[in-house]
Amino acid sequence: MSGTGYIYKREPLIFELSAPGRRAYSLPSSDVPACDPAEVLPRDQLRREPAALPEVSEVDVVRHFTRLSQRNHGVDIGFYPLGSCTMKYNPKVNEVVAGLDGFANVHPLTPEDLVQGALQLMYEMQTYLCEIGGVDAVTLQPAAGAHGEFTGVSIIKAYLASKGQGHRNKVIIPDSAHGTNPATAVIAGCETVEVKSDARGGVDIESLRAVADENVACLMLTNPNTLGLFDENIHVIADIVHRAGGLLYYDGANANAIMGYARPGDAGFDVVHFNLHKTFSTPHGGGGPGSGPVGVKKELADFLPVPVVGKDGDRYYLDYSLPKTIGRVKSFYGNFGVVVKAYAYIRSMGPEGLKRVAEDAVLAANYLMRKIARDYHLMYDRICKHEFVASGVWQRDRHGVKTLDIAKRLLDHGFHAPTVYFPLIVPEALMIEPTETESRETLDAFAEAMARIAREAEETPEKVTGAPQTTFVKRLDEARAARQPDLAYRGDLPKE
Amino acid sequence: MSDVSYPKDLKYTKSHEWIRVTGDVGRVGLTHYAQDQLGEIVFVELPEVGRELKQGEVFGVVESVKAVSDCYSPASGKVVRVNERLVDSPELVNSDPHGEGWFFELEISDSGELDNLMDADRYDKYQAEEGAH
Amino acid sequence: MVRSPYLPNTEADRRRMLEEIGLSSVEELFADIPEEVAFKGRMTLPEPLSEMELLAHMKRLAARNASASDWAVFLGGGAYDHFVPSVVGHVLGRSEFYTAYTPYQPEVSQGVLQSIYEYQTMITRLTAMDVSNASMYDGASAMAEAALIACAATRRTKVVTPLTLSPEYRETIRTYLAGQRLQAVEVPYDPTSGQTDLAALEKAVNGDTAAVLLAHPNYFGCLEDPEEVGRLAHAAGAVFVVAVDPISLGLLKPPGEYGADIAVGEGQPLGNPMSFGGPYLGFMAATEKLVRRMPGRIAGATVDQDGDPGFVLTLQTREQHIRREKATSNICSNEALNALAAAVYMSLMGREGLVEVARLCLAKAHYAHERLTALPGFSAPFSAPFFKEFVVKGPDFAAAAKRLAARRILVGPDLGAGYPELRGSFLVAVTEKRTRAEIDSLADGLGGKA
Repeated sequence: MSGTGYIYKREPLIFELSAPGRRAYSLPSSDVPACDPAEVLPRDQLRREPAALPEVSEVDVVRHFTRLSQRNHGVDIGFYPLGSCTMKYNPKVNEVVAGLDGFANVHPLTPEDLVQGALQLMYEMQTYLCEIGGVDAVTLQPAAGAHGEFTGVSIIKAYLASKGQGHRNKVIIPDSAHGTNPATAVIAGCETVEVKSDARGGVDIESLRAVADENVACLMLTNPNTLGLFDENIHVIADIVHRAGGLLYYDGANANAIMGYARPGDAGFDVVHFNLHKTFSTPHGGGGPGSGPVGVKKELADFLPVPVVGKDGDRYYLDYSLPKTIGRVKSFYGNFGVVVKAYAYIRSMGPEGLKRVAEDAVLAANYLMRKIARDYHLMYDRICKHEFVASGVWQRDRHGVKTLDIAKRLLDHGFHAPTVYFPLIVPEALMIEPTETESRETLDAFAEAMARIAREAEETPEKVTGAPQTTFVKRLDEARAARQPDLAYRGDLPKE
Repeated sequence: MSDVSYPKDLKYTKSHEWIRVTGDVGRVGLTHYAQDQLGEIVFVELPEVGRELKQGEVFGVVESVKAVSDCYSPASGKVVRVNERLVDSPELVNSDPHGEGWFFELEISDSGELDNLMDADRYDKYQAEEGAH
Repeated sequence: MVRSPYLPNTEADRRRMLEEIGLSSVEELFADIPEEVAFKGRMTLPEPLSEMELLAHMKRLAARNASASDWAVFLGGGAYDHFVPSVVGHVLGRSEFYTAYTPYQPEVSQGVLQSIYEYQTMITRLTAMDVSNASMYDGASAMAEAALIACAATRRTKVVTPLTLSPEYRETIRTYLAGQRLQAVEVPYDPTSGQTDLAALEKAVNGDTAAVLLAHPNYFGCLEDPEEVGRLAHAAGAVFVVAVDPISLGLLKPPGEYGADIAVGEGQPLGNPMSFGGPYLGFMAATEKLVRRMPGRIAGATVDQDGDPGFVLTLQTREQHIRREKATSNICSNEALNALAAAVYMSLMGREGLVEVARLCLAKAHYAHERLTALPGFSAPFSAPFFKEFVVKGPDFAAAAKRLAARRILVGPDLGAGYPELRGSFLVAVTEKRTRAEIDSLADGLGGKA
């Protein structure tokens, strides 16, 4: 075990703490007549043996999960420059308001008259997202970005089918796209066609022309793209796809870069998804929950999932009356608790504040890019938006140090690593997104760590390839995890 | 990877499979170059015994921790035997790609097709060019 | 002039940063946005609120919703007012958990990874299945994705969806199937028992059937005969997918013991507040055979360089970020924090506590059933055994709901919307939180007492 002191001790699994008879719950005794399960339930349907859940005390549970939390990096601990993930600060007041009784403890099937506050919030959120995205109607139902993509592409297919264009099943996707885009297209029943990026990192216009034919359903585009570059040809791209009879889908993963400076709807996009857990500051929760509302232009509004929230005079209501709806993508109305936080964020920032968010995010990325470009290769050396992609090819070719090693060494310097090996079109990619909530001093410190690692790669490469050394565990054997999957505890953990 | 010499008794595909023909039966595997590109192999999906494959048809996938690649049959024929050892020890594909790490054997139905494949010298040049990209 | 506590850089900082870049104004950073598409106006959004103003505004909105703290919630239909112990909120408030991303750097994410591994273990033990993933969006989408797995695994195109599945689940499943031109085949329910009509099910299942889906208890709260449904599914070579209420597994036989290939469910009852419909979590567990078709994240145990145990995300080649257009699902973000809540809840309740919760639900639901169906004009349309939720038929639901609102009691939903033939019938869900006094008040209110 690395390090010293109690904090470095391995935290046992909760099951290892278990002792028969110990308990961490208190329940009231029953105040109704006794009811024997064996009498009211079919005997052959009764569980023979209780599930082997832990038997621990409340103190055990609290200490166990507190210690686990200490074995984890989060935005509240330090800089978290994961590219395309927009790890900005998560305002605490938003956590407080989402926990208010009148939001957290409300059943989704409560009669409308008794949830007017919740419906008003959702209605207003739909309105704000329409304004920010330049679209005409919004659904809050999708639970995450990829869920929004599925919703959006399903809407596009249904719309095309209603126009007698049901044969269109090609989805054009740039080679720099997130993996969710091609996966979404196929889940929604389409085929994918990849287009190359040009020398400036944008969509290669000639390649696009060559595939934009009568079978195109849509183009899915992230703009700025995963290279952090705004596609300067966006109006040309929109024109090519629209002329071919296809629609434009905007992947909002990187919308943090353009709020107040460009709206996808104005740029010709027909369908837009928003990642409330990126752009609008809601926490990522260690992988979720997110929220992925979808906005559409007028012609597509009838195809949104139901219900959407409507307003009649002063009364808000759930509107199930969209005749061409694609149906539902989940139960109820979306990740309401996440929507509350994003709503609170928009109300805190206001229109100028959101624009300033985009400015400061882009400023931070360009500032950091200039500093890091001293030691690392930039494949696309131009003004970036909210993130940029550096490459570790110099370190690899000159010193045999890989990007993975650089990422691990950053952990020793107290920083979370950037996204690595993505996008796929940049070798040894380091995708860095600082966000607007980091001070210049933090950016300087990160740049200094990157510079130091570049020197280490040259002078003492084993320090980098042997990293991390200061974390709770050393580099983990991912090949072993995949070759001998151990996905649930059965009494022992893997040993060497 | 230049220190590897590709066995002369194998034939090679552009998609980096090899086949060793003994009588009517061909034994199929993945080349040294391919396993090197993929890195540590963690899973091999093998075809079912009895399955009829066409030359160039996808017969399965090979996975490393962070990559996955389709595998294409170098010849047409019926699968007669698979290398069960790969189920528990997929790393054999890394350690001995042209030997212990073989995938399956098939009864070749059209030996004429084998003329489409590369011999060791040509494959060596081919993979060197691929690697330069 | 923008002043926000979330934006640390001062005007002086911004100037210095611009200098470093070699620009003189921030606007120049946006010069690559073509004139044609640039947004020149000011967004029409409300002016910013200070923290105090925001709190006041949000409290006003929240006050206009009926919360379970002030109302006795007998509402069911997919979300339930179970008790959430204080420790759950305390652990979830640890910002090392909630401000983390998906654990891409395992060495600094052991907390999240170990908690996922523990969650997966608890779900496999609860369901008696071999493997669990790290969570899906909710119960409905988990079942829809299970249907897609079945179609891919069997290379068949039809999915049997009994009408005893929640209407919301069926609508979600239909949306997921629609894209790939897969078909949902509906099967009626037995109007006497409230269970899936097994004779009709047997007829509906054939060589084209990829999966038979079943909810147990079903949408009406009725227990099904999962053993028999599983047998019918397997006889046709179809995958048997069952959705279960995790609390019911304190008493009921787990899916792994009656032949389920995939067990899914709504995890909200496990320590997650109702939150007006989300975020919840869908759990998904399966047999070993299907593990490489499972969607979403999966954590696994391994060792580090020193040979010490540790945890990583594993079998990632299934997922969209590697397999792209060949992935089994497009899911990326899941409901990790809700799964953490479930893991903390299951740790707290433990082996005995979950049984006790289930027994309380069972006893209170049966007491309520007895009281309500004894009321003049009210009856129980279905005869099947039930766990914590059941259907009551009454003369006029809307009028009854109004009377109950005066008593701060919520019940339902009315089944007429999803099942026209059941107009006048409604669901009653009784969790361990409901007291005898509340149940009596529900009966009095329904019965017409002022």
